[in-house]
Amino acid sequence: MTECLTKTNKKVLTKGNYAIANAAVIAGCECYFGYPITPQSEIGEFMSGKMQELKRAYVSAESELAAINMVIGACSTGAKAMTSSSSCAVSLMQEALSYAASDQLPVVLVSVMRGGPGLGNIYPSQGDYNQATIGGGNGDYKLIVLAPATVQECVDLTYKAFYLAHKYKNPTVLLADGLLGQMMEPVEFTDYPYPEVDNSSWALTGAKGRPARVIRSYAPSADDQCEFLENLHAKYKLIEENETDWEEFNTEDADIILVSFGSPARNTKSAMKHCRKLGLKVGFLRPITLYPFPSKRIAELAQTAKKFISVEINMGQMIRDIKLAVNGKVPVELINKPVGNPPSVEEIVERIIKESEE
Amino acid sequence: MTTLTQTFKIPESIKKGSKFSFCPGCDHGVAVRLVAEVLDELGLRENTIAVASIGCSVTLYDFLEVDTIEAPHGRALAEATGVKRARPNKTVFTYQGDGDFASIGMAESLHCALRGENVTAICINNTTYGMTGGQLGPTTLLGQVTTTSPTGRNVEYYGYPIKIAEHVALCDGTAYSARVSLDTVPNIRKAKAAIKKAFEIQNKGLGFSFVEILSTCPTNWKKTPQQAHQRVREEMMPVFVPGVYKDITEKNN
Repeated sequence: MTECLTKTNKKVLTKGNYAIANAAVIAGCECYFGYPITPQSEIGEFMSGKMQELKRAYVSAESELAAINMVIGACSTGAKAMTSSSSCAVSLMQEALSYAASDQLPVVLVSVMRGGPGLGNIYPSQGDYNQATIGGGNGDYKLIVLAPATVQECVDLTYKAFYLAHKYKNPTVLLADGLLGQMMEPVEFTDYPYPEVDNSSWALTGAKGRPARVIRSYAPSADDQCEFLENLHAKYKLIEENETDWEEFNTEDADIILVSFGSPARNTKSAMKHCRKLGLKVGFLRPITLYPFPSKRIAELAQTAKKFISVEINMGQMIRDIKLAVNGKVPVELINKPVGNPPSVEEIVERIIKESEE
Repeated sequence: MTTLTQTFKIPESIKKGSKFSFCPGCDHGVAVRLVAEVLDELGLRENTIAVASIGCSVTLYDFLEVDTIEAPHGRALAEATGVKRARPNKTVFTYQGDGDFASIGMAESLHCALRGENVTAICINNTTYGMTGGQLGPTTLLGQVTTTSPTGRNVEYYGYPIKIAEHVALCDGTAYSARVSLDTVPNIRKAKAAIKKAFEIQNKGLGFSFVEILSTCPTNWKKTPQQAHQRVREEMMPVFVPGVYKDITEKNN
């Protein structure tokens, strides 16, 4: 697999995990650090060969704790660096993500979700929506979270993850799931479409001809920390203003708007189209950035829609963000599968027909 | 006419005007100064990236005029690995306590040594968690009273202390592992020589280099600085024997 992927500029059939790995290489990822876990092991396998072939950095880390901290070390020098993992192992990385957010480092983490809690299983899941968007680390911090729904988007959003991480000096998560990681689709690997970000004003390079730089989170003065957090959150506000991304179809006249991210968004979109054929006024909205979440747009749509339905592979996590955005104006319901394959098109359509008849 | 010149100088690698915030009699200040002197003498300051750790050692960056990142507790050598792999031409070192290196960070420390990462680790061994008020740590001696071993460390409840330099020496990727002490002037000179050797080995690209420094914690030991150094000699050194445990540059090693 390693040898057949590079910049293609034509369609090739590949797995989501390989697509992410190859896109990272094209994005200029200089360092990969990882520890195996299903269903994302292909990323580390691909990188072990490719990075050595390209004389870039690769380490089979002793744990996910070590892997994410190696990424922090590499990022502190301004390098493009990443790790990839899944659910229970991403849990191990939460402390480091909190540090990276405080340190304002461009860490890129690919999180390919599997079933939880605990060891769970290796079926697709979206059970880590909260882990990614709310965070499991301590303190008031935010990660940028991008959610692909196709293998092509695994490529495009991997490029974007590196760009946004460096642009905002903020840890960024590509939140995929086991289904996307393992499925094959035709994809095109274009050139990295973003400008290179200049890291020279903050990166650790050795204190030559300038005062020493310190990247730290230890903040013994409460006043200083108040100011730091205000500034950090001003950055988050900027990210919310500039980077919120979603797609929507048939929402303008919709009575019911289906909201879904990641792999279940595919069946959800098909269900919306099917309902339209049946003459039902159903719309579809897919958040592409989970943080920042398209709350403003959902709030606008709550002026005209009569109901929102969140479609997820978990017990209902994104639904809370939808409810916060809708702010009680109209009901928000859930169509879910606790773990495994997404709700089917038929399931979703059936439920909408039932809701419409009520 | 005789001209008097000041021969005792503050190293360039120490931040101008900085004052150590360590407790009186604590050896951290001596250790930091030795690292600074070595960086000066080898001309490394401007090309060095340090990794600070959690504990009393965290304040390293307040005193060194060196680019520094602060790692989470125990993760210093993982971060040092990331720094060095990303920028192999930089001199990279960690400054850690025994709890950071050999308790919470044991996996990161030994795996870094096993991979033979070309970095230097300085580990302060004072047989206690100093910053949090003197609790039992991985190097607390048998019989030693701490706030979490109120009747002294016993094997039944706590097991044994670790001899760090010996363990590090066992790793195939280790090029240099030594234990030194700061209790007397001759020993301080030996400590500096060991630190210098460790950095030289890194510069030659020979692998992982490690110096364990036996240090005092007068505050938590409830001793005067003199009594504390006496304890280093009488209680620590018989268990944590100073010496070079591995040096691949020496023949017959």
